[in-house]
Amino acid sequence: MIEMYNVSKHYPNGVTALDNIHITIEKGEFIFLVGQSGAGKSTFMKLLLKEEDPSEGEIRIDGQDVTRLHRRRIPYLRRKMGVVFQDFRLLPNKTVYENVAYAMEILSAKPKEIRQEVPMILSMVGLSDKARHYPNQLSGGEQQRVSIARAMINNPPLLIADEPTGNLDPDTSWEIMKILRQINRRGTTILMATHDKEIVNTMRRRVVTLEQGRIVRDHDKGGYEHEA
Amino acid sequence: MKLRTFAYSLNEAIKNLWRNGLMSVASVSSVMATLVILGIIFVLVININSFVDGAQTQFDEITVYLNDEVAAVEISQIQSQISSIIGVKEVRYESKDDAMRNWRESWGEEGYLLEGLSENPLPNAFIIRLRKLEDTESVVKILSSYNGIEEVTFYKEIIDKVLSTSAFIRNLGFALIAALIAISTFIITNTIKLAVNARRKEINIMKYVGATNWFIRWPFLLEGTLLGCIGALIASGIVYLIYKYFYNYFTTQFFVLIASYFVPVDAIMSDLVVIFVVLGAGIGALGSLHAMKKHLNV
Repeated sequence: MIEMYNVSKHYPNGVTALDNIHITIEKGEFIFLVGQSGAGKSTFMKLLLKEEDPSEGEIRIDGQDVTRLHRRRIPYLRRKMGVVFQDFRLLPNKTVYENVAYAMEILSAKPKEIRQEVPMILSMVGLSDKARHYPNQLSGGEQQRVSIARAMINNPPLLIADEPTGNLDPDTSWEIMKILRQINRRGTTILMATHDKEIVNTMRRRVVTLEQGRIVRDHDKGGYEHEA
Repeated sequence: MKLRTFAYSLNEAIKNLWRNGLMSVASVSSVMATLVILGIIFVLVININSFVDGAQTQFDEITVYLNDEVAAVEISQIQSQISSIIGVKEVRYESKDDAMRNWRESWGEEGYLLEGLSENPLPNAFIIRLRKLEDTESVVKILSSYNGIEEVTFYKEIIDKVLSTSAFIRNLGFALIAALIAISTFIITNTIKLAVNARRKEINIMKYVGATNWFIRWPFLLEGTLLGCIGALIASGIVYLIYKYFYNYFTTQFFVLIASYFVPVDAIMSDLVVIFVVLGAGIGALGSLHAMKKHLNV
């Protein structure tokens, strides 16, 4: 699903955010990306979203070399992945329903399909009764569930989550993780960057640890060990 | 663009117009305010121009006096020659007898004094009206080259003065309008830029979800166009009311003679509405496109 070959990222100010990264992520995996602030997690995510380009190396997503992708094609790349952020990033002027529908509108989906699909995914994340609410009328956990619904509405093969529980209390975090696990069971590859030791240790999935831009550990069914 | 995307974009534009209430009001107001000022200046310039044009019709006369030796046959020849000169609107022949009669009439009671003249000292003449005051010199030059002509008279100094004043007023007016259009463009684009900036996060999010640039642009573009149109229509209404009030005031309070130089309200307004809507919508659309530019590069 994701392949990185000798990927490095140097910023103009001299900081090396990623240093010779080499990693393969298979279809259907649930993988945690952990590491302290400044270890390179954010840059890793930005490269996948093609918000930034690597200074060296090659990145393949779904077999496609994205390092050589034209800027105009970026939207089509992003449609292959759902994205969930720590700060939810919902459209403030749109209701829950419209926020989720937006991801379908950009594909020029038929209104009839939109009317069928959106309520379905909203019921999956347990927000059927809040469809007409605006984001600022929702709790953090509810907003994150809307953003997951939006990420998943087009059934992308890959879900990228950047600290999705970073702004949530432990109970709410677990609700979000349950939803993510459920999505993963249906075959979606999930890459999640996180700080949350408890979640990583409990889920027992593949854990990739970044330190100063390098992968220092890559364990199947691992735990959060960067202090060790 | 697919029809469905367009329908969606229009729907979005109208919804956003409504949901961004305060920002929409601000943008519409700035379009409106600048266009009202522009409109008032526009109406003033048009009217001053109309006055100047009116004044010109008082002085567009050239009189050609003929030698007495010129025979009647030649007179009609000369007349047809004159009327073929470019810039001549009409030629009227005034024989020496006509001229004497006019003279006598203008003296009224004292007209009998002229009967003492043993012979009519007045020459036969052509009175020429011009299409444009600017053509005076060239027409006079051609007339002077004809045979049998004693003298050509026209309002040389007044014409020069009228021409230079009208040129000055016209240029000043156009410069003023051009400057105002530039200022309006600047103010409106800035307001729109503020409105778009307030929503840069939104644009970013849309990009992350995988929307293409044009899919994001269209609703903003249409929203800007609608804002511009609404502002333009309100401004047209305000200028209409103001001008109508002053037009009625001047035409009823002053001499009909002066009043006839005022350009009728409806004649101006049809032009003004078109100019306003084109300006408003154009600046609105281009302004939003321009303001979005840097936010789309994510």
